[in-house]
Amino acid sequence: MSFEKFVFWVFALILVFAAFRVITVRNPVHAALHLVLAFFTSAGLWMLMEAEFLAITLVLVYVGAVMVLFLFVVMMLDINVSPLKEGFISYLPVGATVAGLIIFEMAMLVGDRYFGLDKVAAPIARPADYSNTRELGSVLYTQYVYPFEIAAVILLVAIIAAIALTMRRREGTKHQDPAKQVLVKRNDRLKIIKMDAEKGE
Amino acid sequence: MLNAILEVVLILAKIVAIMVPLMLAVAYLTFAERKIIGYMQVRIGPNRVGPRGWLQPIADAVKLVMKEVIVPTNSNRFLFIIAPMLSIGPALAAWAVIPFDAGVVLADVDAGLLYILALTSMGVYGVIIAGWAANSKYAFLGAMRSAAQIVAYEIAMGFALVGVLMGAGSLNLTDIVLAQNGSLIHWFWLPMLPLFIIYFISGVAETNRAPFDVAEGESEIVAGFHVEYSGTTFAVFFLAEYANMIMIAALTALLFAGGWLSPFQGIPFLEAAFAWVPGIFWLLAKISFFLFFFLWFRATFPRYRYDQIMRLGWKVFIPLTIVWLVVVGVAIMAELGPWFD
Repeated sequence: MSFEKFVFWVFALILVFAAFRVITVRNPVHAALHLVLAFFTSAGLWMLMEAEFLAITLVLVYVGAVMVLFLFVVMMLDINVSPLKEGFISYLPVGATVAGLIIFEMAMLVGDRYFGLDKVAAPIARPADYSNTRELGSVLYTQYVYPFEIAAVILLVAIIAAIALTMRRREGTKHQDPAKQVLVKRNDRLKIIKMDAEKGE
Repeated sequence: MLNAILEVVLILAKIVAIMVPLMLAVAYLTFAERKIIGYMQVRIGPNRVGPRGWLQPIADAVKLVMKEVIVPTNSNRFLFIIAPMLSIGPALAAWAVIPFDAGVVLADVDAGLLYILALTSMGVYGVIIAGWAANSKYAFLGAMRSAAQIVAYEIAMGFALVGVLMGAGSLNLTDIVLAQNGSLIHWFWLPMLPLFIIYFISGVAETNRAPFDVAEGESEIVAGFHVEYSGTTFAVFFLAEYANMIMIAALTALLFAGGWLSPFQGIPFLEAAFAWVPGIFWLLAKISFFLFFFLWFRATFPRYRYDQIMRLGWKVFIPLTIVWLVVVGVAIMAELGPWFD
Protein backbone atom coordinates (compact mmCIF):
# COMPACT_ATOMS: atom_id res chain seq x y z
CA MET A 1 0.00 0.00 0.00
CA SER A 2 1.45 3.32 -1.03
CA PHE A 3 1.66 6.21 1.40
CA GLU A 4 -1.04 8.17 -0.42
CA LYS A 5 -3.43 5.25 -0.22
CA PHE A 6 -2.72 4.93 3.48
CA VAL A 7 -3.49 8.62 4.00
CA PHE A 8 -6.65 8.23 1.94
CA TRP A 9 -7.88 5.34 4.07
CA VAL A 10 -7.14 7.15 7.31
CA PHE A 11 -9.04 10.25 6.17
CA ALA A 12 -11.88 8.24 4.62
CA LEU A 13 -12.42 6.15 7.75
CA ILE A 14 -12.42 9.21 10.01
CA LEU A 15 -14.80 10.96 7.59
CA VAL A 16 -17.30 8.09 7.56
CA PHE A 17 -17.08 7.72 11.33
CA ALA A 18 -17.59 11.47 11.90
CA ALA A 19 -20.49 11.65 9.44
CA PHE A 20 -22.12 8.68 11.16
CA ARG A 21 -21.69 10.27 14.57
CA VAL A 22 -23.27 13.53 13.36
CA ILE A 23 -26.65 11.78 13.09
CA THR A 24 -26.34 9.28 15.94
CA VAL A 25 -24.86 11.32 18.77
CA ARG A 26 -27.33 12.63 21.38
CA ASN A 27 -25.80 15.98 22.22
CA PRO A 28 -26.30 18.61 19.45
CA VAL A 29 -22.98 20.30 20.28
CA HIS A 30 -21.16 16.99 19.82
CA ALA A 31 -23.01 16.51 16.54
CA ALA A 32 -21.84 19.92 15.32
CA LEU A 33 -18.26 19.15 16.37
CA HIS A 34 -18.36 15.86 14.49
CA LEU A 35 -19.57 17.78 11.45
CA VAL A 36 -16.50 20.02 11.81
CA LEU A 37 -14.33 16.90 11.86
CA ALA A 38 -16.13 15.59 8.76
CA PHE A 39 -15.48 18.85 6.88
CA PHE A 40 -11.86 18.84 7.92
CA THR A 41 -11.19 15.27 6.81
CA SER A 42 -12.96 15.80 3.50
CA ALA A 43 -10.70 18.82 2.98
CA GLY A 44 -7.82 16.40 3.54
CA LEU A 45 -9.24 14.10 0.86
CA TRP A 46 -9.54 17.00 -1.59
CA MET A 47 -5.95 17.88 -0.85
CA LEU A 48 -4.98 14.36 -1.90
CA MET A 49 -6.73 15.03 -5.22
CA GLU A 50 -4.47 18.08 -5.69
CA ALA A 51 -7.40 20.47 -5.35
CA GLU A 52 -5.60 22.54 -2.73
CA PHE A 53 -7.58 25.72 -3.35
CA LEU A 54 -10.93 24.00 -2.82
CA ALA A 55 -9.60 22.07 0.18
CA ILE A 56 -8.31 25.17 1.96
CA THR A 57 -11.43 27.14 1.05
CA LEU A 58 -13.56 24.35 2.53
CA VAL A 59 -11.67 24.67 5.80
CA LEU A 60 -11.72 28.47 5.67
CA VAL A 61 -15.42 28.88 4.88
CA TYR A 62 -17.12 25.88 6.46
CA VAL A 63 -14.85 25.05 9.38
CA GLY A 64 -13.69 28.59 10.08
CA ALA A 65 -16.92 30.53 9.66
CA VAL A 66 -20.11 28.56 9.00
CA MET A 67 -19.62 25.95 11.72
CA VAL A 68 -18.54 28.59 14.24
CA LEU A 69 -21.88 30.32 13.75
CA PHE A 70 -23.60 26.94 13.86
CA LEU A 71 -21.95 26.09 17.17
CA PHE A 72 -22.77 29.55 18.42
CA VAL A 73 -26.48 28.89 17.91
CA VAL A 74 -26.48 25.24 18.97
CA MET A 75 -24.66 26.00 22.24
CA MET A 76 -27.28 28.55 23.21
CA LEU A 77 -30.22 26.23 22.50
CA ASP A 78 -31.67 24.39 25.42
CA ILE A 79 -32.86 21.29 23.62
CA ASN A 80 -34.78 18.74 25.60
CA VAL A 81 -34.09 15.51 23.74
CA SER A 82 -36.80 13.28 25.22
CA PRO A 83 -39.87 14.75 23.41
CA LEU A 84 -37.99 14.44 20.12
CA LYS A 85 -37.75 10.70 20.63
CA GLU A 86 -41.46 10.17 21.25
CA GLY A 87 -43.28 8.18 18.59
CA PHE A 88 -40.10 6.63 17.24
CA ILE A 89 -41.84 3.28 16.61
CA SER A 90 -44.89 4.75 14.90
CA TYR A 91 -42.78 6.79 12.47
CA LEU A 92 -40.33 3.96 11.87
CA PRO A 93 -42.09 2.32 8.86
CA VAL A 94 -42.37 5.59 6.92
CA GLY A 95 -38.83 6.64 7.80
CA ALA A 96 -37.37 3.26 6.93
CA THR A 97 -39.19 3.26 3.56
CA VAL A 98 -37.88 6.72 2.66
CA ALA A 99 -34.35 5.81 3.77
CA GLY A 100 -34.49 2.57 1.76
CA LEU A 101 -35.69 4.45 -1.34
CA ILE A 102 -32.92 7.00 -1.09
CA ILE A 103 -30.27 4.31 -0.64
CA PHE A 104 -31.68 2.47 -3.68
CA GLU A 105 -31.66 5.61 -5.84
CA MET A 106 -28.15 6.51 -4.83
CA ALA A 107 -26.93 3.00 -5.47
CA MET A 108 -28.43 3.21 -8.98
CA LEU A 109 -26.65 6.47 -9.73
CA VAL A 110 -23.39 6.34 -7.83
CA GLY A 111 -22.21 2.90 -8.85
CA ASP A 112 -19.78 1.13 -11.12
CA ARG A 113 -21.97 1.89 -14.11
CA TYR A 114 -21.11 5.59 -14.20
CA PHE A 115 -18.23 6.03 -11.80
CA GLY A 116 -16.31 2.76 -12.26
CA LEU A 117 -12.55 2.76 -12.59
CA ASP A 118 -12.89 2.00 -16.32
CA LYS A 119 -15.26 4.95 -16.82
CA VAL A 120 -13.26 7.69 -15.15
CA ALA A 121 -9.68 8.21 -16.21
CA ALA A 122 -7.09 8.49 -13.45
CA PRO A 123 -6.11 12.14 -12.92
CA ILE A 124 -2.68 13.14 -14.20
CA ALA A 125 -0.26 14.08 -11.44
CA ARG A 126 0.69 17.74 -11.90
CA PRO A 127 4.20 19.15 -11.42
CA ALA A 128 4.99 21.00 -8.20
CA ASP A 129 4.77 24.48 -9.76
CA TYR A 130 1.24 23.89 -11.06
CA SER A 131 -1.03 26.49 -9.45
CA ASN A 132 -4.47 25.13 -8.83
CA THR A 133 -5.68 28.57 -7.72
CA ARG A 134 -4.55 30.32 -10.89
CA GLU A 135 -6.15 27.67 -13.14
CA LEU A 136 -9.43 27.85 -11.27
CA GLY A 137 -9.45 31.64 -11.44
CA SER A 138 -8.71 31.81 -15.13
CA VAL A 139 -11.53 29.38 -15.98
CA LEU A 140 -13.96 31.02 -13.56
CA TYR A 141 -13.44 34.51 -14.95
CA THR A 142 -13.37 33.63 -18.65
CA GLN A 143 -15.33 30.57 -19.65
CA TYR A 144 -17.80 30.59 -16.75
CA VAL A 145 -17.94 34.30 -16.03
CA TYR A 146 -21.71 34.65 -16.56
CA PRO A 147 -22.80 31.69 -14.41
CA PHE A 148 -20.31 32.87 -11.78
CA GLU A 149 -21.65 36.42 -11.74
CA ILE A 150 -25.27 35.22 -11.73
CA ALA A 151 -24.55 32.98 -8.75
CA ALA A 152 -22.97 35.96 -6.99
CA VAL A 153 -26.02 38.13 -7.65
CA ILE A 154 -28.37 35.40 -6.40
CA LEU A 155 -26.32 35.11 -3.21
CA LEU A 156 -26.41 38.88 -2.76
CA VAL A 157 -30.20 38.87 -3.15
CA ALA A 158 -30.39 36.06 -0.59
CA ILE A 159 -28.27 38.05 1.86
CA ILE A 160 -30.41 41.16 1.45
CA ALA A 161 -33.60 39.10 1.80
CA ALA A 162 -32.34 37.39 4.95
CA ILE A 163 -31.39 40.72 6.51
CA ALA A 164 -34.68 42.34 5.44
CA LEU A 165 -36.66 39.45 6.96
CA THR A 166 -34.93 39.65 10.33
CA MET A 167 -34.61 43.45 10.57
CA ARG A 168 -37.52 44.62 12.67
CA ARG A 169 -37.64 47.89 14.46
CA ARG A 170 -39.32 47.16 17.73
CA GLU A 171 -40.85 49.91 19.77
CA GLY A 172 -39.30 50.73 23.10
CA THR A 173 -35.88 49.16 22.62
CA LYS A 174 -33.00 51.07 24.09
CA HIS A 175 -30.87 51.52 21.02
CA GLN A 176 -27.38 52.95 21.28
CA ASP A 177 -25.72 54.90 18.52
CA PRO A 178 -21.93 54.71 19.05
CA ALA A 179 -21.34 57.36 16.40
CA LYS A 180 -23.32 59.81 18.50
CA GLN A 181 -21.77 58.56 21.71
CA VAL A 182 -18.21 59.23 20.65
CA LEU A 183 -19.13 62.77 19.57
CA VAL A 184 -20.43 63.69 23.01
CA LYS A 185 -18.66 66.70 24.54
CA ARG A 186 -18.29 67.49 28.19
CA ASN A 187 -20.73 70.39 27.99
CA ASP A 188 -23.56 68.11 26.73
CA ARG A 189 -23.50 65.97 29.84
CA LEU A 190 -21.91 67.92 32.61
CA LYS A 191 -22.97 71.16 34.22
CA ILE A 192 -20.71 72.84 36.76
CA ILE A 193 -22.66 74.78 39.31
CA LYS A 194 -21.13 77.28 41.66
CA MET A 195 -22.50 77.01 45.16
CA ASP A 196 -21.51 78.17 48.58
CA ALA A 197 -20.03 75.71 50.99
CA GLU A 198 -22.67 74.29 53.36
CA LYS A 199 -22.32 74.40 57.06
CA GLY A 200 -21.94 71.06 58.77
CA GLU A 201 -24.48 70.00 61.42
CA MET B 1 13.34 3.53 2.02
CA LEU B 2 16.43 5.00 3.65
CA ASN B 3 15.96 8.19 1.65
CA ALA B 4 12.36 8.49 2.81
CA ILE B 5 13.42 8.11 6.45
CA LEU B 6 16.17 10.67 5.94
CA GLU B 7 13.68 13.09 4.45
CA VAL B 8 11.33 12.68 7.40
CA VAL B 9 14.21 13.20 9.84
CA LEU B 10 15.25 16.34 7.95
CA ILE B 11 11.71 17.75 8.10
CA LEU B 12 11.50 16.95 11.81
CA ALA B 13 14.81 18.72 12.38
CA LYS B 14 13.48 21.78 10.54
CA ILE B 15 10.32 21.74 12.65
CA VAL B 16 12.43 21.63 15.82
CA ALA B 17 14.56 24.47 14.44
CA ILE B 18 11.40 26.59 14.13
CA MET B 19 9.62 25.46 17.29
CA VAL B 20 12.43 25.84 19.85
CA PRO B 21 13.17 29.49 19.02
CA LEU B 22 9.42 30.15 18.82
CA MET B 23 8.84 28.75 22.32
CA LEU B 24 11.76 30.77 23.66
CA ALA B 25 10.38 33.84 21.92
CA VAL B 26 6.99 33.23 23.54
CA ALA B 27 8.62 32.92 26.98
CA TYR B 28 10.62 36.12 26.57
CA LEU B 29 7.71 37.96 24.95
CA THR B 30 5.84 37.57 28.25
CA PHE B 31 8.90 38.95 30.01
CA ALA B 32 9.17 41.83 27.53
CA GLU B 33 5.49 42.55 27.97
CA ARG B 34 5.76 42.80 31.74
CA LYS B 35 8.94 44.90 31.55
CA ILE B 36 7.71 47.27 28.82
CA ILE B 37 4.30 47.81 30.38
CA GLY B 38 6.09 48.23 33.68
CA TYR B 39 8.26 51.03 32.37
CA MET B 40 5.26 52.61 30.63
CA GLN B 41 3.55 52.72 34.01
CA VAL B 42 6.68 54.07 35.72
CA ARG B 43 7.59 50.93 37.63
CA ILE B 44 10.33 48.39 37.11
CA GLY B 45 8.49 45.16 36.42
CA PRO B 46 9.82 41.69 37.34
CA ASN B 47 13.39 42.01 38.62
CA ARG B 48 13.80 39.28 41.26
CA VAL B 49 14.41 35.96 39.49
CA GLY B 50 17.88 35.81 37.99
CA PRO B 51 19.94 38.84 36.99
CA ARG B 52 17.52 41.75 36.41
CA GLY B 53 14.62 39.30 36.26
CA TRP B 54 15.83 37.50 33.14
CA LEU B 55 14.89 34.05 34.48
CA GLN B 56 11.32 35.10 35.35
CA PRO B 57 9.64 33.40 32.33
CA ILE B 58 11.49 30.14 33.09
CA ALA B 59 10.28 30.28 36.69
CA ASP B 60 6.73 31.00 35.51
CA ALA B 61 6.79 28.05 33.11
CA VAL B 62 8.12 25.69 35.80
CA LYS B 63 5.47 26.90 38.23
CA LEU B 64 2.63 26.38 35.74
CA VAL B 65 3.80 22.89 34.78
CA MET B 66 4.09 21.80 38.43
CA LYS B 67 0.54 22.89 39.28
CA GLU B 68 -2.38 20.52 39.38
CA VAL B 69 -4.74 20.38 36.42
CA ILE B 70 -8.25 20.65 37.84
CA VAL B 71 -11.14 19.33 35.76
CA PRO B 72 -14.49 20.73 36.95
CA THR B 73 -17.04 18.10 38.08
CA ASN B 74 -19.80 18.79 35.58
CA SER B 75 -17.53 19.55 32.65
CA ASN B 76 -17.12 17.49 29.54
CA ARG B 77 -13.79 15.88 30.37
CA PHE B 78 -12.67 14.95 26.86
CA LEU B 79 -13.49 18.32 25.27
CA PHE B 80 -12.10 20.16 28.30
CA ILE B 81 -8.69 18.52 27.85
CA ILE B 82 -8.65 18.68 24.05
CA ALA B 83 -9.58 22.41 23.85
CA PRO B 84 -6.10 23.80 24.66
CA MET B 85 -4.61 21.42 22.09
CA LEU B 86 -7.05 22.69 19.45
CA SER B 87 -5.90 26.16 20.37
CA ILE B 88 -2.16 25.57 20.08
CA GLY B 89 -2.27 23.20 17.07
CA PRO B 90 -3.25 25.78 14.41
CA ALA B 91 -1.08 28.44 16.08
CA LEU B 92 2.01 26.27 15.56
CA ALA B 93 1.02 24.65 12.24
CA ALA B 94 0.71 28.03 10.55
CA TRP B 95 4.47 28.54 10.95
CA ALA B 96 5.10 25.83 8.34
CA VAL B 97 4.69 28.26 5.44
CA ILE B 98 6.41 31.32 6.93
CA PRO B 99 9.59 32.13 4.95
CA PHE B 100 12.44 33.47 7.09
CA ASP B 101 14.65 34.41 4.16
CA ALA B 102 14.66 33.76 0.41
CA GLY B 103 14.11 29.99 0.24
CA VAL B 104 14.34 29.40 4.00
CA VAL B 105 10.91 27.92 4.57
CA LEU B 106 9.64 24.58 5.85
CA ALA B 107 6.94 24.12 3.19
CA ASP B 108 7.00 26.36 0.13
CA VAL B 109 3.27 25.96 -0.49
CA ASP B 110 1.70 27.61 -3.49
CA ALA B 111 -1.43 28.67 -1.59
CA GLY B 112 0.47 29.70 1.55
CA LEU B 113 -1.57 32.80 2.32
CA LEU B 114 -4.83 30.88 2.06
CA TYR B 115 -3.42 28.13 4.27
CA ILE B 116 -2.55 30.64 6.99
CA LEU B 117 -5.96 32.26 6.80
CA ALA B 118 -7.65 28.86 7.10
CA LEU B 119 -5.50 27.81 10.06
CA THR B 120 -5.88 31.05 12.00
CA SER B 121 -9.63 30.78 11.55
CA MET B 122 -9.51 27.34 13.18
CA GLY B 123 -7.93 28.65 16.37
CA VAL B 124 -11.33 29.85 17.56
CA TYR B 125 -12.45 26.26 18.17
CA GLY B 126 -10.10 25.97 21.11
CA VAL B 127 -11.75 29.00 22.70
CA ILE B 128 -15.34 27.95 21.92
CA ILE B 129 -14.88 24.37 23.06
CA ALA B 130 -13.04 25.46 26.21
CA GLY B 131 -15.88 27.81 27.08
CA TRP B 132 -18.56 25.24 26.47
CA ALA B 133 -16.88 22.19 27.99
CA ALA B 134 -16.06 23.93 31.27
CA ASN B 135 -19.80 24.21 32.03
CA SER B 136 -19.35 27.59 33.66
CA LYS B 137 -21.31 30.71 32.85
CA TYR B 138 -18.30 33.02 32.69
CA ALA B 139 -16.37 30.68 30.44
CA PHE B 140 -19.40 30.30 28.22
CA LEU B 141 -19.93 34.05 27.90
CA GLY B 142 -16.27 34.46 27.00
CA ALA B 143 -16.54 31.79 24.32
CA MET B 144 -19.63 33.39 22.78
CA ARG B 145 -17.97 36.79 22.68
CA SER B 146 -14.85 35.37 21.14
CA ALA B 147 -16.77 33.46 18.46
CA ALA B 148 -18.74 36.50 17.31
CA GLN B 149 -15.67 38.72 17.40
CA ILE B 150 -13.42 36.38 15.45
CA VAL B 151 -16.00 35.78 12.72
CA ALA B 152 -16.47 39.54 12.33
CA TYR B 153 -12.78 40.43 12.11
CA GLU B 154 -11.80 37.48 9.96
CA ILE B 155 -13.76 38.92 7.04
CA ALA B 156 -11.95 42.27 7.22
CA MET B 157 -8.67 40.37 7.58
CA GLY B 158 -9.46 38.23 4.54
CA PHE B 159 -10.27 41.28 2.44
CA ALA B 160 -7.04 42.97 3.50
CA LEU B 161 -5.16 39.86 2.37
CA VAL B 162 -7.01 39.93 -0.96
CA GLY B 163 -5.45 43.36 -1.55
CA VAL B 164 -1.97 41.93 -0.96
CA LEU B 165 -2.78 38.99 -3.20
CA MET B 166 -3.86 41.35 -5.98
CA GLY B 167 -0.73 43.45 -5.62
CA ALA B 168 1.67 40.51 -5.58
CA GLY B 169 -0.25 38.33 -8.02
CA SER B 170 0.52 35.25 -5.93
CA LEU B 171 -0.60 33.41 -2.81
CA ASN B 172 2.93 32.19 -2.11
CA LEU B 173 4.48 34.13 0.77
CA THR B 174 7.98 34.11 -0.75
CA ASP B 175 6.61 35.56 -4.00
CA ILE B 176 4.68 38.19 -2.05
CA VAL B 177 7.86 39.37 -0.34
CA LEU B 178 9.81 39.36 -3.60
CA ALA B 179 7.04 41.43 -5.23
CA GLN B 180 7.90 44.19 -2.74
CA ASN B 181 11.55 44.21 -3.78
CA GLY B 182 13.03 47.63 -4.53
CA SER B 183 13.10 49.98 -1.60
CA LEU B 184 11.20 50.97 1.50
CA ILE B 185 8.73 52.79 -0.76
CA HIS B 186 8.08 49.60 -2.73
CA TRP B 187 6.76 47.72 0.26
CA PHE B 188 3.02 47.23 0.31
CA TRP B 189 2.42 49.32 3.40
CA LEU B 190 2.30 52.47 1.28
CA PRO B 191 -0.08 51.59 -1.59
CA MET B 192 -2.23 49.57 0.82
CA LEU B 193 -2.03 51.76 3.88
CA PRO B 194 -5.70 51.33 4.92
CA LEU B 195 -5.48 47.57 4.38
CA PHE B 196 -2.25 47.45 6.38
CA ILE B 197 -3.79 49.29 9.33
CA ILE B 198 -7.00 47.26 9.17
CA TYR B 199 -5.05 44.02 8.94
CA PHE B 200 -2.99 44.83 11.98
CA ILE B 201 -5.95 45.98 14.09
CA SER B 202 -7.94 42.92 13.01
CA GLY B 203 -4.94 40.83 13.99
CA VAL B 204 -5.01 42.35 17.46
CA ALA B 205 -8.74 41.58 17.64
CA GLU B 206 -8.24 38.06 16.31
CA THR B 207 -5.66 37.22 18.96
CA ASN B 208 -8.01 38.51 21.69
CA ARG B 209 -5.50 41.06 22.86
CA ALA B 210 -6.24 44.37 24.56
CA PRO B 211 -8.17 46.52 23.73
CA PHE B 212 -10.20 43.71 22.11
CA ASP B 213 -9.80 41.21 24.96
CA VAL B 214 -13.47 40.99 25.92
CA ALA B 215 -13.26 37.17 25.62
CA GLU B 216 -11.29 37.20 28.86
CA GLY B 217 -12.33 40.58 30.24
CA GLU B 218 -11.37 40.04 33.86
CA SER B 219 -13.44 42.89 35.24
CA GLU B 220 -16.67 41.43 33.78
CA ILE B 221 -16.34 37.69 33.35
CA VAL B 222 -13.40 36.78 35.62
CA ALA B 223 -11.05 35.33 32.99
CA GLY B 224 -13.48 34.42 30.23
CA PHE B 225 -13.06 31.15 28.37
CA HIS B 226 -10.12 29.87 30.44
CA VAL B 227 -11.58 30.62 33.83
CA GLU B 228 -11.63 26.93 34.83
CA TYR B 229 -8.21 26.07 33.47
CA SER B 230 -5.16 25.63 35.65
CA GLY B 231 -1.60 24.38 35.43
CA THR B 232 -0.39 23.03 32.10
CA THR B 233 -3.74 23.37 30.33
CA PHE B 234 -3.78 27.08 31.12
CA ALA B 235 -0.14 27.37 30.08
CA VAL B 236 -1.03 25.90 26.68
CA PHE B 237 -3.73 28.54 26.12
CA PHE B 238 -1.22 31.17 27.12
CA LEU B 239 1.35 29.76 24.73
CA ALA B 240 -1.18 29.72 21.88
CA GLU B 241 -2.13 33.35 22.45
CA TYR B 242 1.48 34.54 22.36
CA ALA B 243 2.38 32.29 19.42
CA ASN B 244 -0.56 33.83 17.55
CA MET B 245 0.67 37.32 18.40
CA ILE B 246 4.11 36.55 16.98
CA MET B 247 2.38 35.00 13.97
CA ILE B 248 0.33 38.13 13.26
CA ALA B 249 3.43 40.31 13.68
CA ALA B 250 5.40 38.04 11.31
CA LEU B 251 2.61 38.10 8.73
CA THR B 252 2.33 41.88 8.90
CA ALA B 253 6.09 42.10 8.38
CA LEU B 254 5.97 39.69 5.44
CA LEU B 255 2.89 41.05 3.69
CA PHE B 256 3.18 44.78 4.21
CA ALA B 257 6.72 45.54 5.37
CA GLY B 258 8.89 43.66 2.91
CA GLY B 259 9.70 40.58 5.03
CA TRP B 260 13.43 39.93 5.03
CA LEU B 261 14.21 42.78 2.60
CA SER B 262 16.56 45.42 3.94
CA PRO B 263 14.98 48.82 4.70
CA PHE B 264 18.11 50.46 3.22
CA GLN B 265 17.55 48.98 -0.22
CA GLY B 266 17.83 51.53 -2.99
CA ILE B 267 19.56 54.14 -0.80
CA PRO B 268 23.01 54.81 -2.37
CA PHE B 269 25.54 54.40 0.49
CA LEU B 270 23.52 52.73 3.21
CA GLU B 271 22.56 49.80 1.00
CA ALA B 272 26.19 48.81 0.50
CA ALA B 273 27.03 49.54 4.12
CA PHE B 274 24.31 47.18 5.40
CA ALA B 275 24.61 44.52 2.67
CA TRP B 276 26.34 42.11 5.08
CA VAL B 277 23.34 41.91 7.42
CA PRO B 278 21.47 38.63 6.84
CA GLY B 279 17.82 38.93 5.75
CA ILE B 280 16.50 37.07 8.79
CA PHE B 281 17.80 39.88 10.99
CA TRP B 282 15.58 42.40 9.21
CA LEU B 283 12.60 40.06 9.43
CA LEU B 284 13.10 39.54 13.17
CA ALA B 285 13.57 43.27 13.68
CA LYS B 286 10.28 43.96 11.88
CA ILE B 287 8.49 41.25 13.87
CA SER B 288 9.78 42.79 17.10
CA PHE B 289 8.66 46.21 15.93
CA PHE B 290 5.09 45.03 15.35
CA LEU B 291 5.08 43.00 18.58
CA PHE B 292 5.97 46.17 20.44
CA PHE B 293 2.71 47.66 19.15
CA PHE B 294 0.75 44.82 20.75
CA LEU B 295 2.28 45.67 24.12
CA TRP B 296 1.95 49.39 23.59
CA PHE B 297 -1.77 49.05 22.78
CA ARG B 298 -2.29 47.08 25.95
CA ALA B 299 -0.67 49.76 28.08
CA THR B 300 -2.50 52.60 26.33
CA PHE B 301 -6.10 51.77 25.44
CA PRO B 302 -8.98 50.88 27.73
CA ARG B 303 -11.05 47.84 26.76
CA TYR B 304 -13.58 48.36 23.99
CA ARG B 305 -17.24 47.96 24.77
CA TYR B 306 -18.63 44.87 23.05
CA ASP B 307 -21.09 46.60 20.70
CA GLN B 308 -18.36 49.04 19.67
CA ILE B 309 -16.13 46.12 18.70
CA MET B 310 -18.88 44.67 16.55
CA ARG B 311 -19.61 48.04 14.97
CA LEU B 312 -15.95 48.64 14.17
CA GLY B 313 -15.60 45.22 12.55
CA TRP B 314 -18.77 45.08 10.50
CA LYS B 315 -19.61 48.71 9.76
CA VAL B 316 -16.18 50.35 9.48
CA PHE B 317 -13.52 47.82 8.52
CA ILE B 318 -15.38 45.69 6.00
CA PRO B 319 -16.72 48.61 3.90
CA LEU B 320 -13.29 50.31 4.05
CA THR B 321 -11.46 47.21 2.82
CA ILE B 322 -13.94 46.72 -0.03
CA VAL B 323 -13.49 50.33 -1.16
CA TRP B 324 -9.71 50.02 -1.00
CA LEU B 325 -9.78 46.77 -3.00
CA VAL B 326 -11.38 48.75 -5.84
CA VAL B 327 -8.69 51.42 -5.47
CA VAL B 328 -5.94 48.78 -5.63
CA GLY B 329 -7.63 47.21 -8.66
CA VAL B 330 -7.68 50.56 -10.48
CA ALA B 331 -4.04 51.20 -9.52
CA ILE B 332 -3.03 47.80 -10.91
CA MET B 333 -4.94 48.35 -14.16
CA ALA B 334 -3.40 51.83 -14.49
CA GLU B 335 0.04 50.25 -13.78
CA LEU B 336 0.70 52.86 -11.16
CA GLY B 337 4.40 53.12 -10.32
CA PRO B 338 6.53 52.23 -8.54
CA TRP B 339 4.45 49.32 -7.24
CA PHE B 340 2.43 47.91 -10.09
CA ASP B 341 4.47 48.69 -13.20
